[in-house]
Amino acid sequence: MSALRTAAPPVTAERGSATWRLIKTESTLCVRDKVGPLWGIGFPLVLLIILGSVPDLREPVEAGGGLTYFDLYVPVLILFNLAILATASLPTTLAGYRENGVLRRMRTTPVGPARVLAAQLVANFAIAVVAMVLFLAVARFGFGVDLPEHLLGFALAWLLAAAALLAIGLLITALAPGRGPATAIGTVLFFPMMFFAGLWVPISQMPPLLANIAHYTPLGAGMGAFQDAYLGHFPSAVPLLTLAGYAVVCAFVAVRWFRWE
Amino acid sequence: MPPVIEVRKLHKRYEDKVAVDDVSLTVQEGEIFGILGPNGAGKTTTVECIEGLRTPDRGEIRVLGLDPLKDRAELTRRLGVQLQAGHLPERLQVAEALELYSSFYPQPADWRALLDGLGLADKAKTRYAKLSGGQKQRLSIALALVGNPRVAILDELTTGLDPQARRDTWDLIEGVRSRGVTIVLVTHFMEEAERLCDRLALIDAGRVVMVDTPTGLTERAHIEQRIQFRPSRQMDDRLLTSLPDVSSVTRQGELVIVNGNSDALNAVTTVLARNQIVAERLRVEQASLEDAFVQLTGKRLEPGPR
Repeated sequence: MSALRTAAPPVTAERGSATWRLIKTESTLCVRDKVGPLWGIGFPLVLLIILGSVPDLREPVEAGGGLTYFDLYVPVLILFNLAILATASLPTTLAGYRENGVLRRMRTTPVGPARVLAAQLVANFAIAVVAMVLFLAVARFGFGVDLPEHLLGFALAWLLAAAALLAIGLLITALAPGRGPATAIGTVLFFPMMFFAGLWVPISQMPPLLANIAHYTPLGAGMGAFQDAYLGHFPSAVPLLTLAGYAVVCAFVAVRWFRWE
Repeated sequence: MPPVIEVRKLHKRYEDKVAVDDVSLTVQEGEIFGILGPNGAGKTTTVECIEGLRTPDRGEIRVLGLDPLKDRAELTRRLGVQLQAGHLPERLQVAEALELYSSFYPQPADWRALLDGLGLADKAKTRYAKLSGGQKQRLSIALALVGNPRVAILDELTTGLDPQARRDTWDLIEGVRSRGVTIVLVTHFMEEAERLCDRLALIDAGRVVMVDTPTGLTERAHIEQRIQFRPSRQMDDRLLTSLPDVSSVTRQGELVIVNGNSDALNAVTTVLARNQIVAERLRVEQASLEDAFVQLTGKRLEPGPR
């Protein structure tokens, strides 16, 4: 066709522009998908505002080191965001890409499917950063909850928690045969993980057995590290190592067993 | 000039089923090479090995002198691929997809021109999931060409397109070829193969039955021509059955139907003229590629678009 023959002289693409464009595209798709923004940010944000308006939750938690119930809900909801991204947003999207041949089509391009995966991780990570900053800011300026006293420790704990959760998301993607099973596994994992983060009962008030289990679950470990940071300490080694362990093991298994088709 | 694609003794089996038994073929620069055969003949497996998506069990493949598995990175830059079921994220818009894919290649084509050329300009902002089957197909053709490839492999190019869209796509492919792109076309549409392909490989049950031009294939099948007419007056069939070039004569109402070899038409018209019979409503049916296919493989292709 004439349009083709008179096409403009080819322009050499800038280096790295493909990766950048992929990240932009995957981020746009994540926003359009609505699971991340709505359930990952909107829902916990509304919860934060509602809980912040309940006077009873401003009472200090027993054995909570002076933190109130509401103080503890801020990091719980930050973990809630990570858990939604890891169990609902990431695996459903990636398993869908595999099922629909998106990754297969990418294999025939110079970019390859691994970068789509990376771009999805970056997009979800970006949503998680936005959520974390937003929740801290709303709690601080809307309800007077102090920022974690040990900011550096908090940042490190959050990074490890994000790494652990995204690795779990990848693991679900790798092991689930399709989009449907990926969604199902994610949903089944979400509730116990959130329970052990203390969404319904603070960990310090759980029976000893449950509290012990909680410390070794990804979100329970995250909560332990966050609590240390809120109280002004650098998080202790056990929760940090637990998070790092989840991140490394899940990522390793996911990479080992990942199927592109 | 070395061939653009060279496949030698390709063999690929899936668990207990042999998909490709023994396929050898060469594709020359600048030609449109068709791979024709019924479903399950091994066409797609063959091209997927050429694309480097599958690992052959045996055999050797070179594309532009590259090994599809070892030289993947280089090959993907020069080879455009349209997969039979090549999908995109549901919420991705048409223009976004083209812009994204064009960023993957060192010297991409102008994707806006492709969008116009394939009649997708008014769908630029439409999400992939909202496109019709034909529009998805056209988008996947555009994506195969957006990298300005030297070679393009198109699998089931026009499946799902309406006749007009199919002809437009053929025009487009001829335009692409005229720019020097070598094209491999996997198809089961005879009309498409006849119209577009310079040479065809007929594949059946994982083997190449033969490689020839569309005309060559038809001739090689030795199919009889069929002559049909209404005689202007009563005539005895024996006038025609006695001719050595005629193999059979049948009646269908007032019509006479004659089957015979390629010289039959001459012989029949000569005899009729000698007997002062005019052949009214004379029709001669040439053997089509489809007939040739049936003849050569003993199988029918998928029901065509007609």
